[in-house]
This record gives sequence, C-alpha cells and structure tokens, in this order.
Amino acid sequence: MVPVTYYIALSAVLFTLGALGVLIRRNALIIFMSVELMLNAGNLAFVAFTRFYEVLNGQIFVFFVMTVAAAEVAVGLALIVAIFRTKHSIDVDQMSSLKG
Amino acid sequence: MESTGLYFNLVPWVVFFPVIGLLANLFITNRMSEKVIGWLASFASGAAFVIAVLLAYSLVQHPEGVVVPLAEWIHIGNLQLDWAFRVDTLSVTMMLVIGGVGTLIHIYAIGYMHEDVRFKNDHGRFRRFFVFMNLFIAMMMILVSGNSFLMLFVGWEGVGLCSFLLIGFWYDKDTLGRDSEANANAAKKAFVTNRIGDFGFLIAAFLMFWYFGSLNFDVIFEKAPELAATMPGVVIAITLFMLLGVTGKSAQLPLFVWLPDAMAGPTPVSALIHAATMVTAGVYLVARSAALYVTVPSAQFIVAIVGAATALLAATIAVGQYDLKKVLAYSTISQLGFMVAGVGMGAFVAGMFHLVTHAFFKALLFLSAGSVILGMERGHHHLAHGKHEQNGHGEEVFDPGDMRNMGNLRRRMPVTFWLYLIGALALAGIFPLAGFWSKDEILADAFKEYPLVYWMLTIAAFFTAFYMGRQIWMVFFGKERHEAAEHAVESPLIITAPLMVLAFLSIFGGALNLPKLHTLTLWLEHTIEFAHPGEFLYGVAGLSFGLALVAILLSWLLYQRQPLKAGQPDPLKRILGSIFTVFERKYWVDEIYWAVFVDRYIDLARFLAQTVDGKFWHDWFHDTVIARSFRSLTHFLANPIDLGFIDAMANGLAEVIKQSSASLRRVQNGFVRSYALSVLLGVILILGYLIFK
Repeated sequence: MVPVTYYIALSAVLFTLGALGVLIRRNALIIFMSVELMLNAGNLAFVAFTRFYEVLNGQIFVFFVMTVAAAEVAVGLALIVAIFRTKHSIDVDQMSSLKG
Repeated sequence: MESTGLYFNLVPWVVFFPVIGLLANLFITNRMSEKVIGWLASFASGAAFVIAVLLAYSLVQHPEGVVVPLAEWIHIGNLQLDWAFRVDTLSVTMMLVIGGVGTLIHIYAIGYMHEDVRFKNDHGRFRRFFVFMNLFIAMMMILVSGNSFLMLFVGWEGVGLCSFLLIGFWYDKDTLGRDSEANANAAKKAFVTNRIGDFGFLIAAFLMFWYFGSLNFDVIFEKAPELAATMPGVVIAITLFMLLGVTGKSAQLPLFVWLPDAMAGPTPVSALIHAATMVTAGVYLVARSAALYVTVPSAQFIVAIVGAATALLAATIAVGQYDLKKVLAYSTISQLGFMVAGVGMGAFVAGMFHLVTHAFFKALLFLSAGSVILGMERGHHHLAHGKHEQNGHGEEVFDPGDMRNMGNLRRRMPVTFWLYLIGALALAGIFPLAGFWSKDEILADAFKEYPLVYWMLTIAAFFTAFYMGRQIWMVFFGKERHEAAEHAVESPLIITAPLMVLAFLSIFGGALNLPKLHTLTLWLEHTIEFAHPGEFLYGVAGLSFGLALVAILLSWLLYQRQPLKAGQPDPLKRILGSIFTVFERKYWVDEIYWAVFVDRYIDLARFLAQTVDGKFWHDWFHDTVIARSFRSLTHFLANPIDLGFIDAMANGLAEVIKQSSASLRRVQNGFVRSYALSVLLGVILILGYLIFK
C-alpha cells in the first residue's frame, strides 16, 4: 500500500504548482485552471487523510469542495466572458482599473 | 396770612404774565402784524408791572412782607428748597423798576424794531425780539423775587442767557449791519465773561450751603452774625466770591469788558438789560445780602473800592469814546460803580436809590440815543436813495452811531434833543434832577467813612458831567459833520412817548428819597434792617454840583466855542495828548486781557489739543500704546500661535495622513496576481505562526 506521505507530497506539489500558476500566469483561464489545481490538491489531501484515519468526513468534504468548485467555475467563466467582451482580452494585468 | 384785601398771592403772576406773553408770541402770533406782536409783549410786561404795583400797595399796609410758596423744588435730606416768592420792600422796588421801565422800553421797541428790521432787511426777527424781551422780564422777576440764593441764581443765569441772545440778536452782522461775526463774538464775550462771575457766585453759594446748611435767605441771614463771630474768614470768602459774581453781572472791575461790546444789541436791549435792570442785579444781590456784608467790614471796604475804582476808570474811558452808545455804556459801568460802592459801604438805600434813578435816566438816555441813531439812519437812507438814482452806488459804510458824524441835531430832532438833555443833566447830577439826589446820597455816605472812595467818586462825577456835556455839544450843537445829519428825521410818537414818561421820572425821581423825608429809606428799612437815613451834607452836594457845572462849562469851552468840524481830531486830544489816547483806547484793557488771558488760554487750548490730545493721547497713547501693542498681540496670536501651532498641528496631521496614504496606496496596484501573492504570503505567515508557535 502506498504510504499517506506520498499522497500528501503529491498534494503539496500540486498545490504549489497551482499557486505558482495563479501568481505567475497572466491568462485568466490559466489562473482559473491553476485555482482548480489547488482545490483538487486540497481534495487529494482530504481523501488521503480520510483513508489513513479510516473516517468518512474527508470524503464528504471533498464533495462539498467539488460542488463549490463547480459553482465557482460557473461564476468565474461568466465573469471571464464578460471581461472579454468589454476588453477583448483576458490578461489579468490589464484589469488594473482599481489601482490606488 | 390774612389775605383778604391784600394782593400778596398774586406775586407768581409777575413771572407768569411775561411767560404767557412769550408763549403767545412764540406759538400764536406768527402770522399777525407787528403791532399785535409788540403790544401783546408790552401788555404782558405791563401786567407784571400792575401786579408789582398791587404788591407795593399791599406792602404799604403790611410792610414786613411775606413769602409766597408756589411749589416744592428740592428736598434732599436737610436741604429744603421751595419755589417760593419773596415779597418785601426790596424785591417789590426792583419789580416796579423792571416792570415799569421794562414796559416803557417794550412800547418804545415796537417803534424802534419796526424800523430796525427794515434797515437790516429781516422782518422775521421782529417777533423773536419780543419773545426774548418777555423772557428777560420773566427771568429778571425770578431773580428779584426768589426766596433763596438758588432761585436767585436761576434768574441770574436766565437774564444772562437773554443778554447773550439779545446782544447777538443780529448775530450775522456787525453793528454797522455788514455781514460779520462781530455781534456774535460780542455775545460770546459777554457770556464767557459772565461765566467767570457766575463761578464766583456758585462758589459763594456752595460755601453758604456748606456752612449754613441752607440757601434760604432768612436762614442764612439769621445765622450770619454767629458764623461771622466764629469763622470770619468764611464769611469774607462768601462775600468776596459773591463780589466776583457781582463784578461779572454788574460789569465792575475786572470783568467790565463785556458791557461796551454788549452795545452790539439793539438799543432797547442796551437800555433795558445793559443799563436799567440786568446789570443792576449785582447791586441788588449785595443789597439783598446786606446781613452778610455788614458782618465783615473788610469785605465791605473791598466792595466799595472795587465800585469806586470802576466808577473812576469807566468815567475816564467814556471821555475818549466817539460812539454814542459806547459813551453811554462806559457811563453805565461808571454809574454801576457808584451803586456798588454805595452798597459796599453799607449805604444800601443810597445804592438802591441810585439804581432806581439810574434806571430812569439811563434808560432815557439809551432810548434817546436809539432815537438819534434811527434819525441818522433815516437821514442816511434818504441820502442813499437820492444817490442811488444818480450814480447807482452808495458811499463807504456809514456809522449812524458815531458822534463825529453828527452835529446840530437839535434842529432836526428837537423832541429827542430835549429828552436827551434831561437824561444827560440827570446823569451829570444837576440840581434838582433825579441823579443829583441819588448820587449825592452815595457821596455823602462815602464822605463820612470812606474818604478815599469819596474822592474817587467825586472825580468820577466830574468826568461824568464832562463826557455828557461833550456828548450833548457834539451831537446836538455845532455844525452837521455828515450829510446824514443834515437830513436826520425826528422819531414818531411811539418812540418818543415812552421817553417822555422816562424824562418825567428822571426829573422827579429824586423825590423818592428826598433829604428829611427819606421815603425810600423808610420803605426799604423793613427789609434791610441796616438801612439808615443819609444825611444831606451841603458841602458834599455843593462840591459835586459845582464840579458838574465846571465840567459842563469846560466841555462847552472845548466842544462848543469852536464846534468840531468833519475830520478834525478831538480838541481834548490836543490838550491832553497821549493821556487822551489812553482814554480813547480804553487803557488797553481788552488788549491786556487778550495778551494775558485770552491768548494764554488759546495757547493752553492749543497745547491741550495738539500736544496733549494730538501728540500724547492720539499719536502716542492710542497709536503707539494701544494700537501697536494690540497689533503686536494679534501678530503674536496670528503668527506663532495660530500659524505656528494650531495650523501646524492641523496641517501636520494632514501631511502625515497624506504621506502614509501615498505610501499605502502603492499596495493597491490593481494587479490581481500581486493581491494573490499577498494572500499567499499571509497564509504562509499565519500557518508558519500556527506551526512554529
């Protein structure tokens, strides 16, 4: 059986990748995907620990997370489409009108 | 009081009638004719005279007199002063003179002012004149009828006011009718000079109030001997301060200078106020205060000397004057000197006697002089009219009152001449006219106790006869020295009729107090207990009569034997030389007063205005001390306090906010990714804390 550490390590790597993606990339869609990656890294950590401790809490929580992610995608994609319609670009750095 | 059949209660009406007259003329008669106005005022004055006669009639039966209270006046603590009229022989004597002579002068003024306002082209002032005249009668009545020194003072100031108003009656002209401030200045001079005298009167009144606790005549006279015994200095101070008041009002040394200038007033005013009545108020005051004066003989002596010196000085000045009214003015001062000397010596009755006779003959002289001046004006008017048709321009300014323009007027104005002659002889002391008796009574009293005063007065009497002779010769005899004199016109009856009454009184006025009969003495004795019947000294009377005749003869030699021609200097000038100049220039008293007092006063005023007020108060105190210190205070408050502290605090706070917000706003760079990084770092920080705590 694969030890839980591995899962956790993978989860950490995925999360880091996601976080780096959010921080580094400028394309809104890529950022979006990176966010999904971070969420799923979290999910992976949940299920890994659930297996390890042999409880169901994590499994249930993952479902919530996936539901939230789905809702988030729906809202997020709609926002991106709206932004694209006005700016003809989805480069997040160009969306800096709220700069102080 | 058992008043049935007696008229004492009518006494307030001596004041009320003239007041009614003046109010009526003030408010009702402004559209009526001059006759209505003049006769209304004359009747008001005449009614007061009738009251005075009724009072005199009552006094014959009850000579002790009464006090008639009218109203409460001042009640403060122990001081109880009421508005009360004193009816006694002294006050009624004065009332008779004021009412009688005053009424005659009112009637005369109807005719005189009728012409005067026409010569001066201002008919509107006719009514004003009679309002002032009635006011004067009312005030003079208050003066003589008051029962306290304060009430006397009310009248005293009131007649001073009337005098001021009437001297300045033609306030926008000079005596020759030209536009000038000369008359207004004469009025001011009279008023200011009288203020000096009034200051003395007031101090005397304050002293009396302080030491007697009252201003009531009876109270003061009762306590006077007691105070004189314990504190004679106080009584001397009171009487001498009172004398200062007398010198102001009665034009004595050293305050006589206003009276000659007062001739700027219309002639009826000169006659009534500045000869017959107001100026005698000082004599009345001394006679009224007889009880005070007899307690201090040294003060009496000073009063007598002042009177005698004034009599002599003014008589010599009168010799050198050319103006008809100025001669009479100095003569009035001189005669007032006689009266003051008389009452000063304790010869109260003699002084009052001379006051009464003088009121008759000096009013007669002034009014006749007014008639002469009017006659000259008429002559001049006639000439100016004739000339006007020929060449269209009048000649140089004509002075109708200058005796050098007159001459031979007895031909053109015979009635006035005879009246004037009677007045002049009465004044000169010619037997048996009024002036002879009254003047000799004063001289006789002086002869016994005050030889110095006697000789001064005798010399003054000599000069009196001389200047009156000079005047008669210059005005009525000789040759006309001006065309106006050739065309002079006699005055109408309304002017000469009152003069005839006065002439009658001037002739027979001496009968009031003939030697051996002493009617006036017995009459006044009821009021002035120190009155004593004067002796008739044949030597004294003979000397003064002889001197008067010599003086008239001398004046005839100088002025009539070779009548003065136009432009010729006064013959006396050739004989006396520079001494005559001294008389002519009035001893330079006015100039000396200007140099010593008026200029110094102006210097002081200028010093106060420019240095004290201007430089010290305004420039230094206000500008430097107050304004500059206020400015430096505000400067301090504005700059270090407001700008440096309060504003700096507010601005500094704003600056801090501004700086910090400027640096903080860099955080809000608008890049979503940097926000994300912040979130990440924040999470790391929190997690790190949670893990490593």
